[in-house]
Amino acid sequence: MTAARAAAIVWRKEIRAEMRTKELLQTTVAFVVIVVILFSFAFQPATVQARIYGPGLLWIALLFASSLMLNPSFAKEQSNDTIYALRMAPVSPFAIYLGKMLANFSFLIITEAVLLPVFAVLYNFALWPIIGRLALVLLLGTFGLAVTGTVFSAVATQARMREVLLPLLLLPVTVPLLIASVEATAALFAESPALDRTWLAVLIAFDVIFFAAAWLLSDYLLEE
Amino acid sequence: MKTRAISLAILAALFLFAGYAVFFIAPDEATMHAIQRIFYFHASSGWAAMEGTAIVFFANIAYLRTRTPKWDWLAVSAVEVSLAFWSVVLVTGPIWAHPVWGIWWAWDWRLTLTLILWVLYVAYLILRTLIADFERRAAASAIFGIFVFLGVPLDYLSIRIFRTQHPQPVLFGGPDSGLAPTMLKVFLFCGFLMTLLMIFLIAQRYRVESLRYRTEELKIVADEQEELRASARANVQVRGVALKK
Repeated sequence: MTAARAAAIVWRKEIRAEMRTKELLQTTVAFVVIVVILFSFAFQPATVQARIYGPGLLWIALLFASSLMLNPSFAKEQSNDTIYALRMAPVSPFAIYLGKMLANFSFLIITEAVLLPVFAVLYNFALWPIIGRLALVLLLGTFGLAVTGTVFSAVATQARMREVLLPLLLLPVTVPLLIASVEATAALFAESPALDRTWLAVLIAFDVIFFAAAWLLSDYLLEE
Repeated sequence: MKTRAISLAILAALFLFAGYAVFFIAPDEATMHAIQRIFYFHASSGWAAMEGTAIVFFANIAYLRTRTPKWDWLAVSAVEVSLAFWSVVLVTGPIWAHPVWGIWWAWDWRLTLTLILWVLYVAYLILRTLIADFERRAAASAIFGIFVFLGVPLDYLSIRIFRTQHPQPVLFGGPDSGLAPTMLKVFLFCGFLMTLLMIFLIAQRYRVESLRYRTEELKIVADEQEELRASARANVQVRGVALKK
């Protein structure tokens, strides 16, 4: 079985398990919406201020959401003892990582698809003219989040207090991703929207470097 | 024991001389005067911290490849010592910045990068306290350490672009380029000395870590023997009861 096929199977299993309960998605979506609403009390969400703070708070909300959402990715395998089945499966550990990572990526994209209209209405942004370019920034940023977050989710599984540990590991490592995504989003929300190539390049560099690192280190992720 | 005492004595003597050199041999800086002298220790600590950070990365990779505990001992020792040096950098920096810049802290790229690395190393040490099993702890922290190190160039790049696109609230009056020859000599001496201190501290910490590891091993052996003895005693008692009957 090729790695791609095995990864697709793991991905399908994750999606099916989630769609049966939808526990993770409904909790995360509710969480990000609450965060976005609460942020409106930190400053006046008038158009001028929203343009300054909007991109930052959008990404902070997503970062917090992902640090919560990615935690069960490996933790549930541990508590159900299904991690042994994954380890024994005759596929490479990278395929398992890839399937899990793509599943987390999909969940985050679904969350963003729900969050974005709410965000645009509450903070008075016109999404339609920039939707394609914004989607590109969101995809690149979310991919980086899923890549690093899934690795740290596996690392944190074996630790005590893993729910608190995962944000502690993930948030400082994603600093370059946060800066680049916020700046690229801010350039799109500006008076004359533009796609900032420099920040896109930083995002792509982040994705490529950490995806390559995850690939090289994947053998050690599922170890006992 | 003997080498430790000797190297400690040599280091102490060299540091006394460095203190003398910083205050009496190095010339006075034209605009900043006495406060500039903190740079000899500030910058050389940063130097040692960077070297320590490189050692951590090397040790992390070596551990994952070889699985010998000694690389994990080296990694944790280097993280702790580097964290100490980064802390020196973060404390001496604002002491200098307050009289010169007029503020304790500026979100300049160097300061921001140092602070992020400091936070990441604290996270690394917290991660280690939360995993009890040796091999799991070593592998998990090695993976995290490698990710931290790979992130440094990206942090540098993004913060650099980010902070140069924005106006800086900093009145930078320091020696931007070029040091007076005596200053350079004193500075190089301090940098060399801090590296020696770093190596000495890592060696001490490494020894403690290896002893801790052996103690854990001995504890496991002792527990096993205790269990064996207890079950033997229980056997004797059961037989004793049977004989009385």
